[in-house]
Amino acid sequence: MSEIQNKTNHADLAEVFNNDEARVDWHDETLWWIRSKRDVAVNKISNWEDLRETASQIKHNVLSNLSSYLQQFESNALTNGITVHWAVDAKEHNQIVLDILKKHSIDQMVKSKSMLTEECHLNDFLEENGINVIDSDLGERIVQLAKEMPSHIVLPCIHKKKEEIGELFHQHLGTPAGNADPQFLTETARQHLRDTFLTRRAALTGVNFAIAETGEFVVCTNEGNADMGAHLANVHIASMGIEKIIPERKHLGVFLRLLTRSATGQPITTYSSHFKRPNKGKEMHIIIVDNGRSIQLGREDFRNSLKCIRCGACMNTCPVYRRSGGHSYHNAISGPIGSILAPNLDMEKYADLPFASTLCGSCTNVCPVKIDIHQQLYKWRQVIVKNGYVPAAKTVSMKIMDWTLSSPTAYHTAGKAGRFVLKYAPVIVNNKLNPWYKHRDMPEPPKESFGEWYKKNRNN
Amino acid sequence: MKVGLFIPCYVDQFYPGAAIACLQLLEKLGVDVVYPKNQTCCGQPMANSGFEHLTGGCNDLFIKNFSEFDYVVGPSGSCVLHLKEHLHNHDNPEIATTLSNKLYEFTSFLTDVLKVKTLPARFPHKVGVHQSCHGQRGLHLSQMTELVAPEFSKPGSLLNMVKDIELVHLSRKDECCGFGGTFCVAEEAVSSKMGKDRVEDHLHNGAEYITGVDMSCLMHMEGILHRQGSKVKVLHIAEILNGE
Repeated sequence: MSEIQNKTNHADLAEVFNNDEARVDWHDETLWWIRSKRDVAVNKISNWEDLRETASQIKHNVLSNLSSYLQQFESNALTNGITVHWAVDAKEHNQIVLDILKKHSIDQMVKSKSMLTEECHLNDFLEENGINVIDSDLGERIVQLAKEMPSHIVLPCIHKKKEEIGELFHQHLGTPAGNADPQFLTETARQHLRDTFLTRRAALTGVNFAIAETGEFVVCTNEGNADMGAHLANVHIASMGIEKIIPERKHLGVFLRLLTRSATGQPITTYSSHFKRPNKGKEMHIIIVDNGRSIQLGREDFRNSLKCIRCGACMNTCPVYRRSGGHSYHNAISGPIGSILAPNLDMEKYADLPFASTLCGSCTNVCPVKIDIHQQLYKWRQVIVKNGYVPAAKTVSMKIMDWTLSSPTAYHTAGKAGRFVLKYAPVIVNNKLNPWYKHRDMPEPPKESFGEWYKKNRNN
Repeated sequence: MKVGLFIPCYVDQFYPGAAIACLQLLEKLGVDVVYPKNQTCCGQPMANSGFEHLTGGCNDLFIKNFSEFDYVVGPSGSCVLHLKEHLHNHDNPEIATTLSNKLYEFTSFLTDVLKVKTLPARFPHKVGVHQSCHGQRGLHLSQMTELVAPEFSKPGSLLNMVKDIELVHLSRKDECCGFGGTFCVAEEAVSSKMGKDRVEDHLHNGAEYITGVDMSCLMHMEGILHRQGSKVKVLHIAEILNGE
């Protein structure tokens, strides 16, 4: 762990992850299995591609009219009796949560999975302010006990083996040492959480879809933990990014069909819970958070990254993600989508992420709302270079490359020299300073280039 | 029909056999082919590293070398895709657009323009086909496993014309090999692991040769095969289609 904490770029973190090849294979196969389940599920929908296009267009409309939809949503939510808060950034969001809890003298809160609160680092903030937070989603609870970030937006503890979870439960929940039976561990967590649900007076959930037309919001879970928390507590706080809006209730029919098929290959989540108004004597709050989203909305090349419905399909399919693990992205949202969202928040800190891809394009193909993820990775690279966030040595080598390749004479000379070196002094290339050579041999140099062959063998 | 043969820089320098096979097969098919001698590189290595603004020289040179032809054909899905997406000329945008519309990856030129139905080739071996990502997902040379759409494959349809060839089934038929241009050195650990896994899929399923439309992916896998001491060879698809 300490080795990981000292490194902050994807390539270094991925190298650490790859020190245990068997684990990489296990991680890769686990996520590939989910990708395969997704393939089976989507192939049962003959108009799948039309569904993706429809969702993409609905979100396009939302992003083009975001302010009016947000106002419509706010107005309807207020009519429904929900208190609406606006937060410009993570700091404001966290403070609003704290203020609500303080107003009610609550020092314990149960939370269902919300990637937005991970993005805002809410748990740390509340803990620092004396509030005890328990994550009720099982995967999220596991990473919380391990004091780690989720490594995946849908499967937060997908990087953990069941034996490691058994050990964690042994330490924190008193299960017998060495018991790694998933059924037993899940039941233990369930019993433990049951007590939490019954005693917590405040519950925080995320929001999957906020419907402008009705002022209601929809939360999708498989464990029912959001409902358990929200219905038992006196105060329900829902945190949502500004992009979670959909115009009308009927549009849910499109998004709910896409979301879970893309995420895990299920037809739909076990629970799609609609929250519209607080129960008598209880409070319901919505915090609408910007946190950099309106800046992204203003970036023409990157705005449609805000269409994301957080299904995680791009992570499951990404050959780099599967072999580097979510933590190598050093951001709450990892994988391809995280790599195009993060530089918007801090271009210097996340300058490495758009380069953590082969641009294979599989992410773009699985995306249920058709975000051109790999094209945006390419475009972020250009922006990052122009803003000076790449090592100076790289700039120098690129300029030399440009000079060589712009001149046929320089190119032919360099080519000849390169092949000569490979043939007669391979040690210059084949050494540990050349990262290619670590696991791969260089091609054997031919006696002549195609250009040289052509000159001898053709007259034109 | 006058065709300009575009040979990517690394094919020119390291894999002349692939380029010769392209030239010979196009000649066999009756095409008037010329290789402009002053060509260098499409500029993709710089562009994918974030330095697209430095590729002006490569763009100008490409336009100078290839504008006169009816078609331009190159044995690389990746380089062709890069040019189709990014070739531009500040002073004369039209000239770049016209040229990129005439630009074809080698196998799609055979299937879509020449409409080849038979080939005089024989290759009595077990062959694994690597679907290079840029050719497949970028140029749509074949159907992709992520999409719900009918099966097709331009390179596959050509390989099926080859006598006695046996195409092996892969467990992941369109996973990336991890080459990724400068990714292969910048992200060495993940890149080589991806390459190892891809090679393993072919080996496990009994391939004697691995082929594809992009020599760069094949160079990556060849580097791994050599290191492992494997006897399995890589061949550009043109070398198989031009065989015997």
